[in-house]
Amino acid sequence: MQSFIDGLIASGVFGGLPAEAIYPAMMFLFASIVVFGFVLPLVTITIWLERRVWSRIQSRVGPNRVGPQGVLQGLADGVKNILKEDVVPDAADRPLFVFAPYLLVWGFLATFVVIPFSSALVIADLNVGILYIVAIVALSAVGVLMAGWASNNKWSLLGGIRSAAQVVSYEIPAGLALLPVVLLTGTLSTQGIIQAQGWAPWDWFLFHSPFTFIAAFAFYISALAETNRTPFDIPEAESELVAGFATEYSGFRFALFFLAEWGSLYVTGAIMAVLFLGGWQIPTGWTNNTVVLNIAQLTVFFLKAYFWVFLAMWIRATLPRIRVDQMMSLCWKYLVPLGFVNLVGTAVWMVIWPEGNTFVPYLMVVGTLALLVIFFRRVLYHLRRAKPELYFNPAI
Amino acid sequence: MPLEALVFYLLAALTIGSALIVALSHNLVYSAFALLGTFMGVAGLYALLAADFVAVIQVMLYIGGILVLILFAVMLTHRIADVDVSNRTVGRIPAVLILGVVGTVMGVCIGTAEWVQHAEPMVEPTTFGIGEAFLGPYILPFELASVVLLVALIGAVVVSRKELRGPMADG
Repeated sequence: MQSFIDGLIASGVFGGLPAEAIYPAMMFLFASIVVFGFVLPLVTITIWLERRVWSRIQSRVGPNRVGPQGVLQGLADGVKNILKEDVVPDAADRPLFVFAPYLLVWGFLATFVVIPFSSALVIADLNVGILYIVAIVALSAVGVLMAGWASNNKWSLLGGIRSAAQVVSYEIPAGLALLPVVLLTGTLSTQGIIQAQGWAPWDWFLFHSPFTFIAAFAFYISALAETNRTPFDIPEAESELVAGFATEYSGFRFALFFLAEWGSLYVTGAIMAVLFLGGWQIPTGWTNNTVVLNIAQLTVFFLKAYFWVFLAMWIRATLPRIRVDQMMSLCWKYLVPLGFVNLVGTAVWMVIWPEGNTFVPYLMVVGTLALLVIFFRRVLYHLRRAKPELYFNPAI
Repeated sequence: MPLEALVFYLLAALTIGSALIVALSHNLVYSAFALLGTFMGVAGLYALLAADFVAVIQVMLYIGGILVLILFAVMLTHRIADVDVSNRTVGRIPAVLILGVVGTVMGVCIGTAEWVQHAEPMVEPTTFGIGEAFLGPYILPFELASVVLLVALIGAVVVSRKELRGPMADG
C-alpha cells in the first residue's frame, strides 16, 4: 500500500505536493473506495440474500423483480430511502438524533480494517487485530444508546437500553470464547491466527479439540446477541417496541441502521471464518500466479463467511425471539461458565498434547460429516413428502 | 508541520474539547456522550505512541464498559435532561487555588522529567512485553488486583441480592 503510493509520488503524479498531504488524502480515497465499492454492494446483496432465504423457508417467493433474481433490490431500496424526507421529530434531541446513525455505521466499518480477505488483501494486519474487533464493536452500542435516547420516545429508549445491556453482557462470553484460539496461536493478529491453521478441515481450530468446537458455537451465539440478531433481537422487538431504537428514524438515516445491522452480520461470519474455519487457507503449490492465488483465497474466505451468515438467516427464519430474562440467564448462567471450561480445558489439552492431538480432529470431522449427512437425508425425506414445486426450483 | 505533530494536535483538541463539554455542559446526557470523544482521543494518543495493546484496551474498557454503564445509569434516571447543573461549583477561590497548585506541580514535573525518547518510531508489538511483565516481575500486584476485583464482584452480588426469608427461602 505505502510502496504503491511512494511509487505514484516518485512518478510525479501529484506534482510538487508534500508527502504529508498526500498520505492522508490517499488514505481517505482508499477508505471511500472500500466503503462504496465493496461494503455497500456486500451489504445490499446480503440483505437481498436474507430476504430470499427467509421467503424460501416460509414458502414464499421473495423479491425477484429488480434485476436478475432480484439482486438489485438493495439498489432500489437505497434510492427510495435516499429520496425520502429526512424527518427529525420536534421533541427529539436534534444533534444526538442526527449523529447516532453515523456512530453505528462507524462501529461496524472500523472492523473491516483488520479482516483478512486473502493473504495479501488486508487493510492493516494489526498486532492486536482480534482484540481490536471486540473493542470497536462497543461504538455501535453507544450509537444505539444515543439513537434510543435522542428519539425521545419510550419504545426507542427501552430498545436502546435493552441493546446496551445485551452488548455489555455478551461481550464477556464472546471474549472468553475467542481466548482458546489466542492460547493455541499465541497471537492476536488475524493473519497470524489464519496462518496457524491449514486448508483441511482437520487443521481448523473448529475441530482442534472438543473445547474449541464448543467455543466456536459459544462465540457464534454471543456474536448473534451482540449484533441484535434473532433470537436476540429484543432491542427492536416488533411486537413490543414498534422498531426499537430505529422507530423515529426515516429515509437515509434508517438506511444507515440497516447498513450497520447487515454489515455486522457479515463481520460476524468473517470473524468466525478467521478464528475457527481457517480463513483464506487453500492448498498451495498448484499455481505461482499471485493474483489467481489471491482470488481463490478470497472466494474460499467468502464461502466460509457466508456459511455463518446463511446459518444466521436460517435461525432468524426459524426461531422465535427469547425473553429478556432468558437472554440474561443464557449469558451469565450458561455461556460464561462454559467459556471458563473451554479456556481451562484448552490449556490442559495444550499441556497434554503440545503439538495437538493427531486422532481427535479426524474423529470430529468424520462425526460432524455424519451428522450433516443424517440431517440432509431427513430434510430431503420431508421435502419429498411436501409439495415440491417451490423448493426444487430455486429460480422462481 | 510533520504528520505526527498534526495528528497529535488533532487528537489533543478532540480530547480536551470533549472534556470541556463533559465539564461545562448543562445537560447531563451531553456530558455523558461527550466522554466518548475524550476516551477516543486518549486511545488515539496511545495508538500514536505505538502502544497498540493499551489503546485497544482503552477502547474496550472505557467505551465498551464504563461509558455504556454511565449512559445506562443516566438514561434510567427520571427526567434527567431537566437537571440544570451537571457539575456543582464549590466556590471560585478554592477552585483557583487548587488549579494553581496542581497546575504548578504538573508543570514543574513535565519540565524536569527526563523523557525517554526514541529517534526511530517504534512499531514492534507490545503484547509480548506486557504479558511477560505481568507473569514475571509483576505477578504479585497482578494477582492482588485480581483478588480486589473478585472481592468487588462478590460484594456487588451481596449488596444487590434480595434475601428470601420464610417459607420462600427454600425454593
